[in-house]
Formats: sequence, structure tokens, C-alpha cells
Amino acid sequence: MNILSLFVVIPVVMLLCLWLAKNLNQVRGVMVAGASCLLALAIYLTIDFISFRHVNPDALYGSYSIMWFKPLNIAYAIGVDGVSVVMLLLSAIIVFTGTFASWQLKPLTKEYFLWFTLLSTGVFGFFISKDLFTMFLFYEVALIPMYLLIGVWGSGPKEYAAMKLTLMLMGGSAFLLLGILGIYFGSGAHTMDVFEIAKLHNIPMWMQRIFFPMTFLGFGVLGALFPFHTWSPDGHASAPTAVSMLHAGVLMKLGGYGCFRIAMYLMPDAARELSWIFLILTMISVVYGALSACVQTDLKYINAYSSVSHCGLVLFALLMMTRTSCTGAIIQMLSHGLMTALFFALIGMIYGRTHTRDIRKLGGLMKIMPFLGVGYVVAGLANLGLPGFSGFVAEMTIFVGSFANNDVFHRTATIIACTSIVITAVYILRVVGKILYQKVADPHYETLTDATWDERVAVCCLIFCVAGLGIAPLWVSNVISDSIGPLISVINP
Amino acid sequence: MRPEISLMALIVIVFLYDLIAEGKARRWMRPLTIILLGIHIAFNVLPQGAVSAFGGMYEATAATGVMKSILAFGTFIVFIQSGKWMSRPDTNFKEGEFYELILCTLLGMNMMMSSGHFLLFFLGLEMASIPMACLVALDKYRHKSAEASAKFILTAVFSSGIMLYGLTFIYGSTGTFYFEDCASKLTGTWMQIVGLVFFFSGLGFKISLVPFHFWTADTYQGAPTVVSGYLSVISKGAAAFTLMVILMKVFAPMVLYWQYVLYAVIVLSITIANLFAIRQHDLKRFMAFSSISQAGYIMLAIVGVGGTSAVLSMTSLMYYVLIYIVANLAVFGIISTVEENNNGEVSMDAYNGFYQNNPKLSFIMTLALFSLGGIPPFAGFFSKFFVFESAFSAGKIFYPLVLIALINTVISLYYYLLIVKAMYIMPNDKPLPTFKSDCGTKLSLVICTVGIVLFGLVSYVYEWVFSAV
Repeated sequence: MNILSLFVVIPVVMLLCLWLAKNLNQVRGVMVAGASCLLALAIYLTIDFISFRHVNPDALYGSYSIMWFKPLNIAYAIGVDGVSVVMLLLSAIIVFTGTFASWQLKPLTKEYFLWFTLLSTGVFGFFISKDLFTMFLFYEVALIPMYLLIGVWGSGPKEYAAMKLTLMLMGGSAFLLLGILGIYFGSGAHTMDVFEIAKLHNIPMWMQRIFFPMTFLGFGVLGALFPFHTWSPDGHASAPTAVSMLHAGVLMKLGGYGCFRIAMYLMPDAARELSWIFLILTMISVVYGALSACVQTDLKYINAYSSVSHCGLVLFALLMMTRTSCTGAIIQMLSHGLMTALFFALIGMIYGRTHTRDIRKLGGLMKIMPFLGVGYVVAGLANLGLPGFSGFVAEMTIFVGSFANNDVFHRTATIIACTSIVITAVYILRVVGKILYQKVADPHYETLTDATWDERVAVCCLIFCVAGLGIAPLWVSNVISDSIGPLISVINP
Repeated sequence: MRPEISLMALIVIVFLYDLIAEGKARRWMRPLTIILLGIHIAFNVLPQGAVSAFGGMYEATAATGVMKSILAFGTFIVFIQSGKWMSRPDTNFKEGEFYELILCTLLGMNMMMSSGHFLLFFLGLEMASIPMACLVALDKYRHKSAEASAKFILTAVFSSGIMLYGLTFIYGSTGTFYFEDCASKLTGTWMQIVGLVFFFSGLGFKISLVPFHFWTADTYQGAPTVVSGYLSVISKGAAAFTLMVILMKVFAPMVLYWQYVLYAVIVLSITIANLFAIRQHDLKRFMAFSSISQAGYIMLAIVGVGGTSAVLSMTSLMYYVLIYIVANLAVFGIISTVEENNNGEVSMDAYNGFYQNNPKLSFIMTLALFSLGGIPPFAGFFSKFFVFESAFSAGKIFYPLVLIALINTVISLYYYLLIVKAMYIMPNDKPLPTFKSDCGTKLSLVICTVGIVLFGLVSYVYEWVFSAV
């Protein structure tokens, strides 16, 4: 079997095993075994891909295609390049750590993991496929489990948040579906293969003008594009820990990835012409998200708005359309995925102990739970772009790449977006100082314990990745940059 | 003629058995009917060549053969679902009538679908409508059932009248009732346009499109749940298919006119039905409005028939009906079994906390609702995608139509999720107790679930339909 198909087959097997599982231990066993397999597979894929890349610089890895609905030219077509490989690696890491982060979740643990695994099936499937229909299918598979995951296991106004998130994302995918049909018919209705369509490069300009904004918007909703980001704070705040991790860490990346791989790559002419509109919107996302985070008092809201800002930066960098900036965008996806997952994991762990996420009621936690405290500081520093962590590499690459555009508009936009770094520092340091270092806010907190072993696994794993990416970014950057090359030569020749 | 003959034989056998059998032998009535219907399906599912009979009045093609099999398959599911309801003391003695009447309507639909002449078409249509009114009134001791039936028959007769009036216009301007002759003489004069619109309203009633939908909610609510299920899929599917065939065969020269009529009707049907569905508290009324909006989606495929890829559009319509049958009958099967086991409980509030005591049923219900809402990987996603694709292929003027339909899928998802929310999320101190469904319902739900999960992912089903068109 094709190694890429395993990314879908393993979760499906996990689903079946979970369905048959009789007790909690079996459920956990299945999840750990499956998630470890996926992680091992992703690491193997990355190593194998790097050596494959040396031999065939331009080919897709593991390319495979079988006709599915022949009359409609729909195929199950898979194949990955460097961008997809790092995304798969990211997803595998988040799924692995997410499993540990929801170790003590109750009630209905089995059902929870069923939906969780279905969600990851969608995520993996999306990143491996290169057929428009298959991509869209997996995209929606990844969206709908969110409703139940938030609605049943969430906290706070969960029904409202779940419905809002689902409907907004589904609204986005309605536009997206229209965009996909437009691409398919615009290119002559012969194939749904993304790379074939890009090779044909024959979508008429008037169709591009209509369908590029639709596709970009469709994916942009998931990438928290202003003004369609409002689902994100509510959704993330209400979701259970591992779901927030997976959603902010991976699912929001589907948006950026789709914008790049489908909207911009297949309709490059319209992308060049209309990018300024979206550039302004993403600029607002970046700055407004960061500013909003400054005034929030709920830890999850702060992090959700920070995600809006950072994911805005991904789209911002993609729209700058230089090779460096796009490489930076992909690194930012990776980096933000890891950082934000770490953040949400820690917030979940802190919330599980203190039962509040309100920063006004927290304080002095560093003395009580040093492990979680240090983890939080590390996540914060990575988030504000301290050199040595992944955030610095990503943001540096993005801003250098963006500034390479030598016109006033792009340069001004870059400078404005740069201010987000400062604002990020403000809200991160404010939160860290408030909840970790001041006096212990509530005497009841003195009795709390530090992280358990399963939580340590999740946190250490994520810190290792964040730091690793920050210290040795070159190999990732090379893998991505090599694959970005051919794409960017189409988008911005 | 094979499906009609075997169906006719089936009706006669069931009728005679109903007449002769007494005492213990009556118990065999139900298995006998179901097995015979199964044989009928097996006998007709094999591919059939084109047949023309009665001087061109009757014309069957491979496509109509497949459609008849699909509808017979749906009827099969309805029959096995009906067990619990049929064993009630106030309905038990009407068992034979139920089977005969349903089979009669099925025969009528078969005639309607393969007609080559307006007269035969009209006979088929009436044969499918009038027994339906009796079926709706089968629970005659319930006040609502009688009311529903009266409402149904009055609207049916009224719309038939309008349609006949329209047909006289067609006859007046072409001088013939044969489809082929008509097609060659239609040019799009005002008389023919009036004829087209009136004709359309007749079938629009059967498909329950807005603005001919007023009977739907009351009838679905009042009719026995099993019959509502039958009405919502089989009757609707047959009428939609017939409409497509006639628009394609007869009104092909006037394609621009009927495409615009459809344009307006689709936008109205989908939007209005969705907005009404949000406000419903009775699950059967809710499903009625859901079925109106689904009818709108089916019409999208017909829009595509006028475009460049007629074959693909025909396939997507038939495929949509097939998927709709399994998904909708799963929902109606669950409503029915909940109703029969809990003293006629059909309100949505009763489903609060349903998951606690009946996890399997709520799981199947969730799958079915997701399929209706068009969520992958369930079959509904595929069928919805294909109808959108066919409407899209009809030309750029229909891009906004597809967009409106797509936005409406989000609205429909909202109200389908309301039920999911009730079952899983809403708290309830006294949720419905755990109950055991009868084995017929179980079997039907298993069939439906398999259909919901596999009919989409396994592309052979689609290719089977495609190969016939």
C-alpha cells in the first residue's frame, strides 16, 4: 500500500477499534497505539522525503491516483511535497500530544475519542490529497466533528459556541464548494487534479475574478480572516483542551494551506490582481487580533485572539507572494501550530486545577506548579518571537520576505504588521507576570499539585519541537523552500 | 413492461391472499408481501433494454428501469418498517389494504415514469395520487389523519385540474399528445408557455415545491408516519423523475423558459422551506419542510438537464433520489419506532437527552441527519455535490442559483443540528426510556445505515446508475 494512504487507513482502523473497545483502558490503548503509529509514520515520511527530494527535486512524493467517480473525473489522488510533509508532521505531533492532553477526560471518553479520531482522519486526508473533490471531502470531514466535540464536552456557553463555529465554517465551505466547481469547469472540466489544472493554466480571467475571492474567503474563514474570525475566540474558549489544540494547531492551518494550494496556485492571475484587498484584511487581522488579546481576561480568549493574529500573519505572508515570505508563512503555520497547542494544553491543565481561567483570579502559580509555570513561560516567549524558539524564525522570515516587495503599499503593510510583535510582547508578558509571579491569589491554590506524567509527556514533547524548530530551522526551511519554488514561480513569475 | 407486469402480479396475489386468508394464515400476509416485493426487485434490477409498447404510449428505457428499481427498493424499506404500526389493534385488520394501496401507487408511478403519451402519464399520476389519499387516512380514528387526507385529496384534485387545463393548451397548439410529436411542434408561443406552466404546477404539487407546498406540512403531520415516509421519498422521487423526462423529451425546444421557471421555484422552495423548518417543534412537520427543501435540491439536477451534460444531470437526479431514500427513511423509521413505543410521541422536545437511553438509535439518526445535511463522508454529501455540479454546468446564469442553494445548505445544517443537539447536548431529567424496536425496523435501519455510509464512498452505486442512463 502507498505510504500516504496509511495516514487515512490508520485513523479508520482506530475508529473501528474504538468502536469495539469495551473499557477505558482499551480506548486509551487504541489511542496511544494509533497516535504513536501516526507520529512514527510522519517522522519516517519526513526522513524519506528529504532523501527522495535529493534524487527527484521536482517530483511529488508518493504520487498515486485511482479513478473514483469516473464520469465526473473525480479521483482519489494523493501525493505530497515539502509543504504537505511538514503539515503532516505537525498534525501527527498534535494528535499525539492531544491524546495525552485528554487522558483524564470524562464522561463518554469513547465517544469523545471517536469524534476526535474522525477529525484527525479529515486533517490527514486533506494534507495528502491533491484532487479537489477529495480535498474538499476531507476538509468537511475535519469540520463537522467539532460541533459535537465542543457541544458535548465543552465548557461555558458551549452550545452557542459550537453552533456558531460550525455554521460559520460551513458557510465558508459553501463558498469554497462554489469555488471548486468554478475551477473545475473553468479549466475545461477534464480533471480535478490540482497539479494538472495548474499545468493547464487556462481558467478564463473573468472566472478567476469571481472564483478566486470565493475560494480564498472559503478557506480564509477557517484561517480566521478578518471579519470572519469571530467563531474562533468563542469556539476555542468553549472547546475542551485537546480540541482547542487540534483546532488551533492544525485545523486553522487547513485554511492557510488551502488558500495557498488551491486559491492562489490555481488562479494566480486573479490572485495577483486582487491580493491587495485581502492583504488589507489580513493586516487588520494581525494587528486587531493582537490588540484584542491585550484586553481579554480569559486565558483562552487571549490565546484565541493571539491565534487570530498569528494565523492572519500566515495569510498575510502568503499574499506577499515572494518565495521567502511564503516559506515564512509555512514555517509560521508549523510554529504557531506547536506553540498554540502548547498554550492550550497548559491552559487546560491549569484550568483543570484552579477551575478558573480568569487572569484576575489567578496569581503566584509558579511556586505551586513549577513545571506548568515554566512551560507557560516557554510558550509565551516562543509566542512573542524570542530568538531560539520557532516564533522568531517564522516571523523573521515573513517580514524579510515581505519587505522584499519594493513598492510602497507592500512595505507599508509590512511595517504595520510588524507592530504586532510589540503588541504580542505586551499581552504575553502581562499574562505571565499576572498569573505566575504575583502573590498567590487564593489560599486554596496552595493545595494544588503539579503536572502528572501524561501531562508532562504532552508538554515536553511540544516544548522539544518548539525549541528544536527554533534552534535548527534550516532543514525545515530547506524542505519547505524547495517545494515553494515551483509553486511561487506560477503564482508570481 | 417487465416491472409493471410483475408488480401487477404482485398486487393480484396480495389482494387474493387478503381476500382468502383467515385466522392464522393472516399472519403470513406480511412476510409474503415483503418476500414477493423482494423477488420483484431482484427480478427487475437486471439491466433492461428499451421497450416501446401500445404504439409508443408506453416507453421504457434502461434509465426508467433503474429508477423503478430504486423506488421499489424504497417501498421495500417502508414495508419492513411498518410492522409495529401494522400490529396495532386499530390498524391490524387493514394490513392488506395498506400493502395493496402502496403497491397500486407504485404501479401508477411506474406507468407515469415510462409514459410516452400525456394520457398515460395522467392516468399514472392519478393512480399514484388517489390511493395515496386513502393511505394518508388509514389512521382514520385519529382526527388529524382524516384532516390530512381531505387536505391532500382536495389539493391533488385541484392541481390535476390545472394540469389538465395546461395539457389542453399543449394539445390545442400541437394537435397531439404523443411526446415525440409534441416536441417537434413546440416553438414557444404564448399558448405553449401557459401550457408548460400549468403542467408544471401539477407535478410541482406532487413534488411539493413552493408555491404548491401548502398541503405538505399538514399531510405529513397527520398521516401515519410510515406513509409520510413513503410520501416524502418515493412519491416525490417518481414525480421528479417524470418531470425531468417530460421536460427533456417534450419541452426540449422551450428549455430556456422552463429553466427560468425552475430557477425561481428552486430559490423559493429551498429558502422558504428552510426558514419554516427552523421554527417547527413537531418532528413530522419538521421533516415535511426539510423534504420541501430537498425537493428544491433535486430540481437543481433538472436545471442541468437543459445544459451541456444532460446524462450526468440525469444520473445525479436518480442518485440523489436513491441517497435521499435511505437517509430520509432512516429518519422516518426512527420517528416511527419512537412514536409507536412511546404513545405517539413526535415532538422535538421529547428527543432531549435521547442519547442517554437509546445510543444506537440516536447514532443512526445523527448519521441520517448528517447525510441529509450533506456532510461527508456520508452519502448525502456526494449526491449534493453532484446536483450542484449539474446545475453549475448549465451555464453562468446559474452560478448565483448554486450559491443560493449552497448558502441554504448551511441553514439546513442548522436545523438538522438542532435535533443532534437535542439528542446529545440538551439536558433532560426524564429522557425517553430504553426500548426495543421490532426486528423489521431494526433491519430497515441497518439497510439505511449501510446505504448512508457506503452508497457514497463506494462509487459502484453511482456507476450502476450512470451505466443505465
